[in-house]
Amino acid sequence: MHELQVTESILNIALKHSPPDKVKKIIAIHLTIGELSELEDEWLQHYFDYLSKNTLAQGAKLVIERSPIRMECNSCNHRFRIKRDGIKHIECPQCRHQQCTLISGREYHIKHLEVL
Amino acid sequence: MEEIRLIEIKEEIHADNTEKANLLRTQLSKSKTFLLNLMSSPGAGKTTTILKTIETMQGKIRTGVIEADIDSMVDAEKIAAIGIEAVQLRTGGFCHLDAFMVEKGLEGLNLDNLDLVIIENVGNLVCPAEFDTGAIKNVMILSVPEGDDKPLKYPLMFTVCDVLLINKIDYLSLSDFNVDAAIARAKNLNPDIEIFTISSRTGEGIEKWTEWLVKEVNYFIHQQ
Repeated sequence: MHELQVTESILNIALKHSPPDKVKKIIAIHLTIGELSELEDEWLQHYFDYLSKNTLAQGAKLVIERSPIRMECNSCNHRFRIKRDGIKHIECPQCRHQQCTLISGREYHIKHLEVL
Repeated sequence: MEEIRLIEIKEEIHADNTEKANLLRTQLSKSKTFLLNLMSSPGAGKTTTILKTIETMQGKIRTGVIEADIDSMVDAEKIAAIGIEAVQLRTGGFCHLDAFMVEKGLEGLNLDNLDLVIIENVGNLVCPAEFDTGAIKNVMILSVPEGDDKPLKYPLMFTVCDVLLINKIDYLSLSDFNVDAAIARAKNLNPDIEIFTISSRTGEGIEKWTEWLVKEVNYFIHQQ
């Protein structure tokens, strides 16, 4: 799957923000990943450990926060959250309309780094 | 003891790819070429659908094809055999195409002579959904033998597509695939998705799908 490519982007962005004259070591990278993403946390860390060898980020921990899937009702504009299992049947909790548009749950962000 | 510091970043992980995809869209607007990204699982009938689509639109839309294959030339050879301009990208094990790879494919085509370029993405319902290719429209195929429950298993793919082609409807009599259930599940995830039921083998339903496509391509070309 595409964990390897995503991990490479994470590493490159983290290193870009860590000039070696100011940062000795990257301890942790805090990420937000949408719940709709199929990426596995364990594999991301595994690939990251492999790719980050001999860089400032060697040994850094990926701290992943999952951002919820949020929908907006096409009828009454009510915004609501659903769980991943909830996609089997999406219905507006307010007006019971079944046509709703995804507004978040797909994102991939790096929030911040913890560095020494 | 050294103090741990925080560096704020707030950066999109796919930012480079999204930027490249937007750049491609700008270039395609200038060259008046509509880019369509076709996705599905392996064996759903991408190549056959492309061949049938091109055949049906002949004389109306000048079409080229970018083929993505992990490591073969089979699909590009089939397309080239009917005299259509085709470029093969070997993804070398990659599970999807991104905007950088599509840019290479577009470089291999003469865009001045093409109204439409169809990308045949890697057969996979997971990874291609995550990467913007620079396409104007995303289209996916769900074939009858795969089952009507696929929207529940691969929700992201059904969410990012503008069109769903339900293919191999000539197999419906042999299958418990419920077309209405598949449509309801897809619409529940993505109310705006256009759905066409087709058989690329017999040609059933292809007319309606190509009518939609010709209209979209012409609209795009004349808008620029």
